[in-house]
Amino acid sequence: MPAPQQIHLGAIDYTILIVYFAFVLGIGWALRRFVKSSEDFFLSGRSIPAWIAGLAFLSANLGAQEVIGMGASGAKYGIMTSHFYWVGAIPAMVFVGIFMMPFYYGSRARSVPEYLKLRFDEKTRGFNAITFAVMTVFSSGISMYALAKLLELVLGWNFHTSVVLSAVIVLAYIFLGGLTSAIYNEVLQFFLIVMGFLPLVLLGLKDMGGWAGLTAKLETVATNAGYAAGAWSDSWHHLNAASANPMGVEWFGMVMGLGFVLSFGYWCTDFLVVQRAMAADSMAAARRTPLLAAIPKMLFPALVILPGMIAIALHVTRGGLLPIGSDGTPNYNLAVPVMLAHYLPSGLLGLGLTALMASFMSGMAGNVTAFNTVWTYDIYQSYVRPGQSDGHYLRMGHAATVFGILLSVAAAYATTRFNNIMDMLQLVFAFVNAPLFATFLLGMFWRRTTGHGAFFGLLIGTAAAALHHGLVLPHGAAPGLKGGFLGAVLHTYPSEMAQNFWTAIFAWSACFVGTIVISLLTARNKSDDDLRGLVYALTPRQTDHDLPWYKRPATLAFIVLGLTLVLNVIFW
Amino acid sequence: MKLDLRLPIGLMFAIFGALLTVYGLVSDRAIYARSLGVNVNLWWGLVLVAFGLVMLGFGIRARRKRGPLARDQRPPVVS
Repeated sequence: MPAPQQIHLGAIDYTILIVYFAFVLGIGWALRRFVKSSEDFFLSGRSIPAWIAGLAFLSANLGAQEVIGMGASGAKYGIMTSHFYWVGAIPAMVFVGIFMMPFYYGSRARSVPEYLKLRFDEKTRGFNAITFAVMTVFSSGISMYALAKLLELVLGWNFHTSVVLSAVIVLAYIFLGGLTSAIYNEVLQFFLIVMGFLPLVLLGLKDMGGWAGLTAKLETVATNAGYAAGAWSDSWHHLNAASANPMGVEWFGMVMGLGFVLSFGYWCTDFLVVQRAMAADSMAAARRTPLLAAIPKMLFPALVILPGMIAIALHVTRGGLLPIGSDGTPNYNLAVPVMLAHYLPSGLLGLGLTALMASFMSGMAGNVTAFNTVWTYDIYQSYVRPGQSDGHYLRMGHAATVFGILLSVAAAYATTRFNNIMDMLQLVFAFVNAPLFATFLLGMFWRRTTGHGAFFGLLIGTAAAALHHGLVLPHGAAPGLKGGFLGAVLHTYPSEMAQNFWTAIFAWSACFVGTIVISLLTARNKSDDDLRGLVYALTPRQTDHDLPWYKRPATLAFIVLGLTLVLNVIFW
Repeated sequence: MKLDLRLPIGLMFAIFGALLTVYGLVSDRAIYARSLGVNVNLWWGLVLVAFGLVMLGFGIRARRKRGPLARDQRPPVVS
């Protein structure tokens, strides 16, 4: 890909970067004396206040795909990208806080796979633990690769130096302070990302002539691309038909695929985020964690999507801001870095780049802390060496942090050599993850769900995902990784996004039906007594009457959902 | 809480703010052409200083209130 004009950093920019690194390492150093048991290392001793857990919950997900990817999607699809927040993430976060946290936190499970063992059986846990562990290592590797590639492209930094530097810093602060250190740094990164990106957004909007000016320019973008004038600036108007919007999705695929299956699946079952809430200092705090996270989350489109929208408006109306790739389309992934370079002078540029690096590192750290926990508790303690002392598992946690990072580095280098292997792995993980939410939903709300039902239901869902993907293609793609690899192409979707949403819908439905049928055919392996605290009907309701109104999860949930509705209406 | 997170956050942003403010005062005006002629380093630097000081203020006040030792390190209070 052709390089954009490289940015030169001044002494002030490097100073800011170095101060940030000093604080990150300093926090790890200051927290090291609090790590005395494995529970301290992996779960912060369950002592994190709700607001910190909430911001970390948000920040752990603010990795590479969020900042770079949402900016890129903002440029490519416009404000419809905000559905990832206002239809996807926010309702899912409310659901996990209100309905799922009582089981996660109340069961005292130390990880999501461990919950699956308590609720279902060993094989369901093993399947989830192993796929999750592999996935986190690769996600962290991809994050590292993306960061190093970006720094190479934009700043001309050496790829290897960037990989080693980010790996060493993340390793150091997790090794010292465990999950607490990762969580504290995620909160630091949250503020940094807000403070680093806000001036960019403000300057961009000022340059565009405010929201009205931006909308006018985006109309040119939309009509040039052959869509109705509002296709980049209305979030719902053009969802009646897939051909009417750049995302190529209609409302049902959007709401069910993205909103229900993918977002609920991610926010409710991914240990990477759930771990932050499990570290909270009380049940009430654990339930508030996702709800408190939802409040800033609903405003994040302004921070991460808007720069992309401004970038495409600039690109189209003033010409040639984004570098053009070999296929003739703009390189959307560079939207955010190009915007940083376009508006920010030396000084704030350093702050913006530091924020960008912080987002990559928080994504990496999130994966590594989730990996070392699942590895130590769900794989090592369960299958390799059970019954050892707590100190033994604490040492294993430290070791797992080191080899988790080493494996991530290996994954980062594997990506540079075999791009396809990485795409393939991500595809496989998507197949495994899409049905998972059905398993949790049935497990938590239907006590009749059996271990065999859950396990084979998951396999059926995964197979359904692979089968669907293998028989369909997005418009204009050749059979292969993009789909259609089973020989026959039964349906062509208007876009890759639509294909992914429908793969998720099929996988979820297959898993849901499969789990029910197999559960009815097999005997229950857990009695009502075993399931106390794990299933909705067998768990005492949470009473929040002793909390002030602003601390009650239900009140917060109404506020969050109400505000989200308002946002959807404003940008309809 | 083991370490009042408001203290390092406040300190870091106060330092960032001070660095940017000073740089905004001494830097060549020409570099602000790209930021639409606004001396963003100066202005955003002041915003960051204010944010940092507010965070520090809350952190220090809480520390005074409960004494230098964190709550979980103090002997239990018998009431």
